[in-house]
Amino acid sequence: MSKREISRSGLYEPYYEHDACGIGFMCNIDGKRSHEVIQNGLQILVNLTHRGACGCDPETGDGCGIMLHLPHELFKEDVLEHGFELPEPGDYGVGMIFLPKDRESRESCMQILNKAISEGDQELLGWRDVPRNSEAIGWLARENEPTVRQVFIRRSEDLSIDEFERRLYVIRKSATQMIGNSVISGKSEYYVPSMSARTIVYKGLMLPDAMDKYYLDLADERAMSGMALVHQRYSTNTLPAWSLAQPFRFLAHNGEINTLRGNLNMMDSREHHFESSLFGEDLAKVRPILSPGSSDSANFDNAFELLVRGGRDVDHAMAMMVPEPWSGHESMPDDKKAFYEFHACKMEPWDGPASMAFSDGVRIGAVLDRNGLRPSRYWVTSDNQVIMASEAGVLHHITQDKVVKKGRLEPGRMFLVDMAEGRIVDDAELKEKFANRNPYREWLDTYRIEMPTDLEEGTSTQEETPLMERQQVFGYTREDMEIILTPMAEDGKEPTGSMGNDAALAVLSPRPQLLFNYFKQLFAQVTNPPIDPIREDIVMSLETDIGLEGNLLGESPEDCKQLHLKSPILSNAQLDFIKKLDRDGFRAAVVSTLFEADKGPAEMDRALHAICKEAARCLEDGANMIILSDRGVSKKLAPIPSLMATGAVHQYLVHKHKRSECGLIIETGEAREVMHFALLTGYGAGAVNPYLALETLDDLKHREMFVEKKPGMAHKNYIKALEKGLLKVMSKIGISTQQSYRCAQIFEAVGLNSAIVERCFSGTASRIEGIGLKEVALESLMRHAMAYPEKPARRAELDVGGAYRWRRRGEFHQWNPETVAKLQHSTSQNNQKTYDEFAEEVNNRNRTLAALRGLLEFKEGTPIPLEQVEPASEIVKRFCTGAMSYGSISAESHENLAIAMNRIGGRSNTGEGGEDPRRFERDEKGDLRRSAIKQVASGRFGVTNEYLVNSDELQIKMAQGAKPGEGGQLPGHKVFENIATVRYSTPGVELISPPPHHDIYSIEDLAQLIHDLKNANVHGNVSVKLVSEVGVGTIAAGVSKGKADLVLISGHDGGTGASPLTSIKYAGLPWELGLTETHQVLVENDLRDRIRVQVDGQMKTGRDVAIGALLGADEFGFATAPLIVSGCIMMRKCHLNTCPVGIATQDPELRKKFQGKPEHVVNYFFFVAEECRKIMAELGFRTMTEMVGRADMLKFSPLPEHWKAKHLDFSRVLHVAKAWDNSTLHHSKTQDHGLDGALDHTLIEQAKAALEKKEKVRIKVDIKNVNRTVGTMLSSELTRRHGLGMYTGSLPEDLVWIDCMGIGGNSFGAFIIQGVTLNIVGESNDYVGKGLSGGKIIVSPSPEFSGIPGENIIIGNVALYGATAGQAYINGVAGERFAVRNSGAWTVVEGVGGHGCEYMTGGRVAVLGETGRNFAAGMSGGIAYIYDKSGSFSLKCNMGSVDLKGLHADSVVDLKTMLENHVKYTDSAVAKSILANWTEEQQHFVRVMPRDYARVLKQQKQEQPEVTHAS
Amino acid sequence: MLPDKEKGFMLFDRELPQDEAPDERLKHYKEFSTSLPPERITEQAYRCMNCGIPFCHSGCPLGNQIPDFNELMKDEDWEEALHVLHSTNNFPEFTGRVCPAPCETACVLGINEPAVTIEINEREIADRGWREGWVTPQVPERRTGKTVAVVGSGPAGLAAAQQLNRAGHNVVVYERSDEPGGLLMYGIPNFKLDKQTVLRRVGQLKEEGVEFICNAEVGVNVPTSKLDQYDAVLIAIGSTKSRTFEGMSVPGSDLKGIYPAMDFLPQQTRRVLGKTVKVEEILATEKNVIVIGGGDTGSDCVGTSLRQGCKSLVNLELMPKPPVDRVGSNPWPQWSFVFRSSSSHKEGGERRYSVLTKSFEDDGKGNVSALNTVQLAWGEPDETGRRQMQEVPGTEERIPAELVLLAMGFTQPETDTFVKELDLTLDRNRFGQGIQANTLDFMTTKDKYFVAGDARRGQSLVVWAIHEGRESARAIDLYLMGESTLQASDSQGYESLSLEGSPVGT
Repeated sequence: MSKREISRSGLYEPYYEHDACGIGFMCNIDGKRSHEVIQNGLQILVNLTHRGACGCDPETGDGCGIMLHLPHELFKEDVLEHGFELPEPGDYGVGMIFLPKDRESRESCMQILNKAISEGDQELLGWRDVPRNSEAIGWLARENEPTVRQVFIRRSEDLSIDEFERRLYVIRKSATQMIGNSVISGKSEYYVPSMSARTIVYKGLMLPDAMDKYYLDLADERAMSGMALVHQRYSTNTLPAWSLAQPFRFLAHNGEINTLRGNLNMMDSREHHFESSLFGEDLAKVRPILSPGSSDSANFDNAFELLVRGGRDVDHAMAMMVPEPWSGHESMPDDKKAFYEFHACKMEPWDGPASMAFSDGVRIGAVLDRNGLRPSRYWVTSDNQVIMASEAGVLHHITQDKVVKKGRLEPGRMFLVDMAEGRIVDDAELKEKFANRNPYREWLDTYRIEMPTDLEEGTSTQEETPLMERQQVFGYTREDMEIILTPMAEDGKEPTGSMGNDAALAVLSPRPQLLFNYFKQLFAQVTNPPIDPIREDIVMSLETDIGLEGNLLGESPEDCKQLHLKSPILSNAQLDFIKKLDRDGFRAAVVSTLFEADKGPAEMDRALHAICKEAARCLEDGANMIILSDRGVSKKLAPIPSLMATGAVHQYLVHKHKRSECGLIIETGEAREVMHFALLTGYGAGAVNPYLALETLDDLKHREMFVEKKPGMAHKNYIKALEKGLLKVMSKIGISTQQSYRCAQIFEAVGLNSAIVERCFSGTASRIEGIGLKEVALESLMRHAMAYPEKPARRAELDVGGAYRWRRRGEFHQWNPETVAKLQHSTSQNNQKTYDEFAEEVNNRNRTLAALRGLLEFKEGTPIPLEQVEPASEIVKRFCTGAMSYGSISAESHENLAIAMNRIGGRSNTGEGGEDPRRFERDEKGDLRRSAIKQVASGRFGVTNEYLVNSDELQIKMAQGAKPGEGGQLPGHKVFENIATVRYSTPGVELISPPPHHDIYSIEDLAQLIHDLKNANVHGNVSVKLVSEVGVGTIAAGVSKGKADLVLISGHDGGTGASPLTSIKYAGLPWELGLTETHQVLVENDLRDRIRVQVDGQMKTGRDVAIGALLGADEFGFATAPLIVSGCIMMRKCHLNTCPVGIATQDPELRKKFQGKPEHVVNYFFFVAEECRKIMAELGFRTMTEMVGRADMLKFSPLPEHWKAKHLDFSRVLHVAKAWDNSTLHHSKTQDHGLDGALDHTLIEQAKAALEKKEKVRIKVDIKNVNRTVGTMLSSELTRRHGLGMYTGSLPEDLVWIDCMGIGGNSFGAFIIQGVTLNIVGESNDYVGKGLSGGKIIVSPSPEFSGIPGENIIIGNVALYGATAGQAYINGVAGERFAVRNSGAWTVVEGVGGHGCEYMTGGRVAVLGETGRNFAAGMSGGIAYIYDKSGSFSLKCNMGSVDLKGLHADSVVDLKTMLENHVKYTDSAVAKSILANWTEEQQHFVRVMPRDYARVLKQQKQEQPEVTHAS
Repeated sequence: MLPDKEKGFMLFDRELPQDEAPDERLKHYKEFSTSLPPERITEQAYRCMNCGIPFCHSGCPLGNQIPDFNELMKDEDWEEALHVLHSTNNFPEFTGRVCPAPCETACVLGINEPAVTIEINEREIADRGWREGWVTPQVPERRTGKTVAVVGSGPAGLAAAQQLNRAGHNVVVYERSDEPGGLLMYGIPNFKLDKQTVLRRVGQLKEEGVEFICNAEVGVNVPTSKLDQYDAVLIAIGSTKSRTFEGMSVPGSDLKGIYPAMDFLPQQTRRVLGKTVKVEEILATEKNVIVIGGGDTGSDCVGTSLRQGCKSLVNLELMPKPPVDRVGSNPWPQWSFVFRSSSSHKEGGERRYSVLTKSFEDDGKGNVSALNTVQLAWGEPDETGRRQMQEVPGTEERIPAELVLLAMGFTQPETDTFVKELDLTLDRNRFGQGIQANTLDFMTTKDKYFVAGDARRGQSLVVWAIHEGRESARAIDLYLMGESTLQASDSQGYESLSLEGSPVGT
């Protein structure tokens, strides 16, 4: 195979690469150096191998590395050969340098570095070739392998070591600058992994076990270190690079920085305002601080390095960049809050999932992000060592008798070892130290201004222009009034809708669109989790500070001279407050963003330039608050779109390095819905005042369009709804704070040209070009002209809109009266002619109006006779129906689709919500109602072992087209008896699907779940459902590396049962972009042939299928169309349970109206397939297989007559990816799931008697962290062999009893069934008992371990997630999110981390020790018993849905039985002592009782007594 | 407490107001329909589901924003509802009375329940508007100085005239009859559409500035050349040539006592209005009457004849009796071809289907005395939808009749006057022929001459006429001014803005 360059002409964008990984460190607390430490570090890496990934070359891997103390003893002897001598440790520094392979380039680089050293007044001691063995690494890594040398630099005597480190930083940065600016041909290969007097980093593209084979230094016994900090990378990206391996100079990162774009922009802007006595004039040499072309982790390291070299301690710097969530913290001391508040004025958090391990060589530590989204476990040993890693048990040789403490990192907490002081410094001590650094609260009180929240709302500034005219100028529609504003003002809630978005993209609509409509929200999927802003609001914050920023490198009281806002949405009175501010540091200036309408579109361009200059001038005149205002529109004056004005001014000030000097406030009549505010703040606004929306509400109220419950409530409710919406938009991408969301630009543009993007939205992806400034101006002028017609011929009226539903004068919709009627008629009458008319209607309208594929045409092929094309009956096997849950649609319609798909050999999908096992058998007519695809979504409802075993395909839903990044909610009144049964929940009790899968916060977690599901059903395929957005291709590459068999790319426009309108309209992108990017990236990386690619999103016709195939899809999903065939008429009220045709409803009366027939659906799919065959014949393809990925058969067909679409450019979409040698453009190989080595093969072998004869078996095995998903394959084999299930019976308890000795790997006991008991002696990692399906798990510490169970962690995060039944006895502390979404397991544990019992819907949990914060958030069912002797529990409990009560008669019996079992199985000392004194001790228990559940139980009790015994 | 807007269709049944009983209403020529009590009208609006795709307003040629006005009725904002109605329809009080309501057959609720009472709701809004004085003249703010002649003042001509006037043009309407309104005035009987309703509306147009010249037939007493002085001319003369037995070899079809419906119906309206009938009077009183043709005009003849006191009445229809329910090949939301009884049919007479008229008998004095018929057998529709008919031997029948009214449809506009002079091209339509023009610019083959309504498309419904009147007015406005802010039925009108540098302006 030859070296390949990744093509940049397709849709691939390196910026969107992600990585995640395993990290760890090992150190001697006293810093004592030994070679053993290095060996242990490498061993940690090897034992985390499964957390990394490999691309196409199995030996290359995505990279790993190790940070060590300088191995002085080795260097000292070794450099002698190089002709120089080393001084004492501390007196010299070492640079680890990747150099170009090309000799000339290399020497030029070395010369420049040498020069930088002497310019830094330090002495070059010499260079050393780092001994390496290139044979130890893979071919791909070899092709990119740099020359690796070390440079030795003597410290000049006038410098202390810290000063010397700072000087080395300056030397490194200035050399890098100079080389970057040089003409050296191989300069891109130059990179400095580390340059320090204390630490050194060895890293590269290799697998962990190759580290010391490649870098011979690492194997050299003379190499000694007191610490080893390691990192193993799993990159979603394309060909990985040596330089991106970690650790970086200070840290290793597991996770992802979501706010990177904003952080980059703000750092860029503020770096010119740095002042530092420590750096003096050298400061100029270290700019630019960041390296925007590299990864988030690399940039984090850059910023961190600056803070540290700028004089802050590593721990202080880390607390600034990754602060704890302080704003809503109920028990945080005020001085600590003040510390965070003060620092928030200087820098926004770098937000996102993160476990950071860091060291400056003296201190070594780790920190976890505020959400605690990455695992970090540590052991402290009796011989004074600390081992910290993503998993417990990474050093297999350490025996339990040596471990004295087992802990984990907690959300927002820091763990630090001071090797100089030789001790562990705990979080509380550290934070107290920070808080006491300065009188921060006093400073804040003196200098910061707090925005009042209780201002009297006076009459707003009156404008002469009548309201209606202004509404028209800003494009208000009747829908805005009825659908958006009224519900917000009435209920304070975001409006919801259903059935997706089938209106034209903004750039394809001939009607004028608000500039907002050209943007789509990006969202978290796979590589980072979205957040639940409601249930986990403790981490969310809308607070921001605006105004002049202080010097990042200094610390003075006036640094906090800013205006503090509780929320970025300003009422009129609050805006007035700002306008009236007039004191030093707080001066506002208003810049008008209007332009003269009659001068035509070019005038807007001029005006835009003018306002940027005006803003800068205001700054020079001493303003610190720039208010961009579009007040005062008139017949003469039209507004510049507020987003454009905001973006332009923000970017202008960033480029002029002035942005950090002021707050940017937008006073606009345009913004009215959540997306508008998200965009304005996302592109730079600090605060927004929607004056016209507020005035419109007053008018609506005046016209009695809604009733205001209390005077002033309408404004309050509206702003509240906006705030909730903003939090949701932020949380979708996993950002917790407005401070970080601001300027983070988490959007993709569709249909804007690069000139606009460059000028106003720099850095935003816009991949198909589109309209320019002139068209944007025209759109504004068109709205203006509607308000001020030359000769008015009618009473002024608002546009009907038609964005959210079809209206005759409104926006075009693909589903309209004609298409719906024709589709229904053709399929119910099996009428080819009517179908042809339908297809013609869709395909033609597409061409002119709706989706991107409308702009594509087939090239001329070499036609073949139709008979030679594979039959339709083959093609329909590639068709699937969409994931619609039983619950969102009626049983009738759900089964209708399943029967149809089973008849034609396609696949239907359960959706989230289980499936009645009665559907697994054929009915009397021979029809099968079983869905071939079983979905596994975040709520895990009904995901049992039986469910998984009875599937052909298991689909992990990472996101959903209509609302990516969001969870769902099935309100109690919709949880009918039959729905509750298949969801394993209680009728009448609300069910919540969390936004993230709580076992997937990162790509390696997804790989773990894929592995789990594959173990649960070795015969099924595992698919991963993603939603199109920029970067989805790199995620798909990660998914392919994670061994999924299929990846589904969903378009943004897919249907939904219920979703906020903001999400339906604005989240996600067209599948044409996502599919193409996915296909291109997979092919470029040689990952395409091992995975099937499926596409869905408003698929309707054979033409859609053909285009999908040519762009790279093997399979196709349809949802709305088959529903319409079944009778759906797009009422778009699925969320109201009032579907008048019996589809999206559970109302028995309405269900009777369902008229769909499977044969109609069958007819439809055959029509589609036949239409597709005709196209295949025209193009000359005999089979679909031949057709997949042949984008060369498509051409872009612009529409010269369409005033907007004609500016599009599809060249990147139609870039043709070429397959590697011996590979294909379509799916042709199977994934190697690596199941051969599973421990379960041994278990199955040993459990033969149980499998064959249901005889009792007892097994004993040794277990390590690399043994993952233990017990699962065995359970599924038992289910399959014995036909076990909900209606078919289960095995006797403890039939197979397995004693496991050691440390369990991830997903220990996942999906195990009743009859299987796993008893682990030792400890275990994350996801213990995931999806527990009746089995029993016992975890107790090794008898040799001396720690107290209640004080030591024994299992990792997210245990018992989605458990449906079974028991678990945990004699120790569990990590975060214990029993999340448990619906049936009964369990006892001795302590839990944060978010315990979140979303729980059933079962019983007894906690005999401490709990973390936010316990019981979103808990709607089941009961938790907390042993709360100290009485502190109520502070930690989220009281949103539960009440705290004492025990009562039934619960006493329950709890006692549980405790007795706990003692019986684990010999728990705590449980024993409680039982010993039961009468008194039972008083200390708090019963956590969900209100919903209590109500339902009460009802039930009247009918039948509650089950009171753990079974 | 108002009910949940989303559940109205589950709470209320369709309910129409009770008409005055046939026995009573046959005694007069006044409108006999009544209203529901106000709260029950609102209940009917509550049945509207405010659909994601309101098929009703695609079923309406005008594009009436049905869910929107129903929502406003739920909110009791009648005035705004009227405004919404007027934004697509100049004359809701007409369509609310005489439209066969294709919207209702396209109503989503109609899939499995009785449809929403869209037409009645429309009428209620319009009537209330007039009652409350919300309908006022809208005099244009400025005049363009352009002049437009409209020939014909039926629904198409009236709608066009009003729209063009509102756009600021000076509009002159030529009407050959003595009152404006065309078929609205003299075609549709007073008991279906009270003539005061028409006159009231015409009065509004006049106050807005439209000039009506009645008794003025272009090409007859107004020289065709007169039209030349206008900047644009709209021909809206309807499709008034009745289909007769002429050339169909039906013996006796020229006997006295056999009249086209349009010779009969206007006379009665004149009498009701207290005007004299200047030609030979045609009365059904004490006669055996046969009405040939089962459509709306036929039914108007039935109601009028019954009121005049005919001795007997038989209504013949060539086509077979339609099914009671929709058949599979005629699915929702298509217009439903089902058996319907008009209010007149409910008043009396006998309806016969699949009947072919073979000949008329002479009473010996040149008057008709009976007609001979035969039953037809209709075949299944062929690929083009056409059905073959066959006479059924042995089903011949003789029906006595002294008055035979022909309501067999209209074939084309009268083209032998000014249309001929102007040398406009005709083309074929479903019923015969019309003056050629497309529905984009409505211009005939002669520059500045436009045509709209039945004269263009062939005989049709009042809604279609209003629709074409509105759309052609917009086309004329665009023709005259280069842009138009008149409403269009299918768009908000952005495409006809003219902006500097705009690629969209026309």
